[in-house]
Amino acid sequence: MRFDEEFFNLGYLDTLSYKDTFVHRLDPRIKIIVTLIFILFVISFNKYEISGLLPFLLFPVFLLTAGNIPLKAIFKKVLFISPFAIFIGIFNPIIDRQVLIAPFGIPVSGGWLSFFSIIIKFILTVSTALLLIAVTSFPGICEALSRMKMPKLFVIQLLFLYRYIFVLLDVALRMVRARDARAFGNKGKDIKTFIRLISVLLIKSIDRAERVYQAMLARGFNGEIKVLKKYKLGFTDLIFGISSVLLFYIFRNYNISNYFGEIIKR
Amino acid sequence: MHMADALLSPAVGGTMWAGSLGVIVYCAKKLSGKMDEKMIPLMGVLGAFIFAGQMINFTIPGTGSSGHIGGGMLLAILLGPYAAFLVIASVLVVQALFFADGGLLALGANIWNLGIYPAFIGYPLIYRALVKKSSNTKAITIASIISVIISLQLGAFSVVLETKLSGITELPFSTFLIMMQPIHLAIGLIEGIVTAGIILYVRSLRPDIVDNLEVVKNTYSAGSLKKVLIIMSLLAIITGGAFSWFASTNPDGLEWSIEKIYGKPEVPERGNPVTENLSKIQEKTAILPDYTFPSKGEEQEKSPSWPAVDTGTTVSGIIGGIMVLALVIVFGMGIRIMNRNRAKT
Amino acid sequence: MSHHIVELKDAYFTYPDGTEGMRGISFKIFHGESVGIAGANGAGKTTLLMNLSGHLIPTKGEVSIGEITLCHKTRQEIRRKVGFVFQRTDDQLFMPTVYEDVAFGPVNLGLPENKVNERVKNALEMVGCYNLKDRPPHRLSEGQKRSVAIATVMAMKPDILIMDEPASNLDPRSRRQLINLLNTFEHTKIIASHDLDLILDVCERCIIIRDGKVFADGPSEKILLDESLLEENGLELPLTRQFYHLKRSS
Ligand SMILES: Nc1ncnc2c1ncn2[C@@H]1O[C@H](COP(=O)(O)OP(=O)(O)O)[C@@H](O)[C@H]1O
Ligand SMILES: [Mg+2]
Repeated sequence: MRFDEEFFNLGYLDTLSYKDTFVHRLDPRIKIIVTLIFILFVISFNKYEISGLLPFLLFPVFLLTAGNIPLKAIFKKVLFISPFAIFIGIFNPIIDRQVLIAPFGIPVSGGWLSFFSIIIKFILTVSTALLLIAVTSFPGICEALSRMKMPKLFVIQLLFLYRYIFVLLDVALRMVRARDARAFGNKGKDIKTFIRLISVLLIKSIDRAERVYQAMLARGFNGEIKVLKKYKLGFTDLIFGISSVLLFYIFRNYNISNYFGEIIKR
Repeated sequence: MHMADALLSPAVGGTMWAGSLGVIVYCAKKLSGKMDEKMIPLMGVLGAFIFAGQMINFTIPGTGSSGHIGGGMLLAILLGPYAAFLVIASVLVVQALFFADGGLLALGANIWNLGIYPAFIGYPLIYRALVKKSSNTKAITIASIISVIISLQLGAFSVVLETKLSGITELPFSTFLIMMQPIHLAIGLIEGIVTAGIILYVRSLRPDIVDNLEVVKNTYSAGSLKKVLIIMSLLAIITGGAFSWFASTNPDGLEWSIEKIYGKPEVPERGNPVTENLSKIQEKTAILPDYTFPSKGEEQEKSPSWPAVDTGTTVSGIIGGIMVLALVIVFGMGIRIMNRNRAKT
Repeated sequence: MSHHIVELKDAYFTYPDGTEGMRGISFKIFHGESVGIAGANGAGKTTLLMNLSGHLIPTKGEVSIGEITLCHKTRQEIRRKVGFVFQRTDDQLFMPTVYEDVAFGPVNLGLPENKVNERVKNALEMVGCYNLKDRPPHRLSEGQKRSVAIATVMAMKPDILIMDEPASNLDPRSRRQLINLLNTFEHTKIIASHDLDLILDVCERCIIIRDGKVFADGPSEKILLDESLLEENGLELPLTRQFYHLKRSS
């Protein structure tokens, strides 16, 4: 069932994010910025680019291995998510039939090139985004956002959201299990039952918010919440940041794949 | 309908990020100090509720396939525009991180497409106009359906614009539109029915909740600035539409529309120090190389803006690419082995 | 000191929907006493505790903590004196990490950072959970959550500790640890529970609530062994006493 799987995946990624490795210890601000720069570099390539993109794989592979993240945690998700990109991309080979290259005498149309380019960009950006959260705890990300001047209300909101995701998912999971245990085929999964189920979940959530508010008041809540500062920008963080961006710059401006190819051919 | 990084150009992705960030900051400013403190845990918990609720699926009548709730309009009705926008944005942030739905750069676009329209158009302009305090079931149902449909249509239209302006897809603008809009009409209809159903059912079970929320919500609702924002969003849509019209005449997107809007005679390339310097900087950093303003050589209509590739480099690219992949894998395995050895000692 | 610290004078509470949660409750609790509140589901235990801690305000009658009478103006002050451990730990622990959660109260008291750190450390060490300080609450067991919830309250240095169903959802071992922990506190304690064994082990005095009224009030040893009184309230003899009975009758 999709629900269980998503739930466990979420929990799994979350567990991984509390590991203690070199990349986990890096300042979340640096990781967020480097990741965003990485994505910008990757998608700045023209729509037919393939070989120039490949060296960029180094970054997700580095996060994966240095962060001690099991490959399957990322791989499965990258394979299955966002059909939208593939759905849109698949039209390119149909529409753009002009042959652009003919390596080893095999003609390849621009449409296929751009399709594969989309797929590679997709793999690079999605795996890196997942790896970012696998090597950075969510509270760490929130701390970084707060220190990068995101509005406090928004950051606090994210923290509460994170805190209660697991609680409410658990409630929802139990409700769905109860429904599915009594639903045969698609009966019982109709809109009407769904509306009732989700309304009850909503009521439970609002009541919970009220109790949480009471608990906050019990401890002197006066409208202010402090976001903890745990990380300090250190020498290692800067080295990591500078060297990563430098590497991206080199990969972007010199087609490493082509250079290697030239060397081999000679 | 999540936008994906791979379909976006840096320019479009960056613009959408800037827009969404601006609205987040604006909403937070608007709320802070004025709202009921109760809203702080309530917003977070409702975000978690949407998240959990989206995992419960139902069978879409007549199709047999399953759907889930989007929740944007529901949040807007429960929390009002500003708080709802922040909650939608935070749900999308968590989805982008944990599920990689779309990706991090596309997040800006997704927040815009799924947040702005229900929070600042569907709810205040449509739902609020149609539903009064004493409204009956029918009015609420109709208002929900119409407001959700319009919000989703605008969202889908934005997806088409953003993708098209990024110039990655080959789909013609009109085909793309025909693919997207009707599907979202159907989705909107169902989402509208579900939204109304939830509001009505909760009201019948626990009228106190609905009344309470009304009170909490009203502590900060104000008129004038909201209007400004609505006008801003409308302007954005109109300009977006104009851009897209220009873009649709040429698949290469943004640079073309800019060229068409400014026109060459009025803005001569060489004479403009700003564009010249910009191009220089861009050439140097190469982050946005495909968006430099067209140079003399590329102005001829027949030549594509992409360089023709000669076979020699292509073959090197393939061989070299395989080598790069192999090296990356070796690199990864090296670190793995290093880690394992360190763990042992 | 035999001066009372909690006093209720004919206190009533009616919920907005008309349900009467408290219907004329009076009693006094003295410094250092530990009092169990027992009663069937819906008897009004939670309502009573919420009225003692300033989360609800009696609709009629009077509640006072120390010298202060509870009203809208004094509720903040009363909340500071009364540490409330809620029934559901997931509601009590709302911050992203254990450390931040325990620090939440002291920060709101306006303490400087080093004092906050000290309080957090002491409170967590008191409940034996300092090693969990960087964990998010959703990665704790129910027993650990309960201990941390107690720490969040202890970090406020309350005069009175109030707990609502502290043993619910705990396995036998965590429950035993909780009882031992509670017995190390010298605070005035008020504990609502239908776990009569827990009350017997922790509280010297027990008040039985029924339909929003005090039904019985006296030493735990006496009240919790009165089989007919318990039965009338939908409660059963504490397990330990059931054994005792079995042995005697065989
Ligand atoms: N928020 C509420 N609104 C209306 N009635 C309530 C509310 N909370 C509790 N009650 C009612 O008040 C009575 C006492 O409940 P409660 O104090 O929770 O009992 P206990 O904690 O002993 O199980 C019950 O009849 C219950 O239904
Ligand atoms: Mg209770």
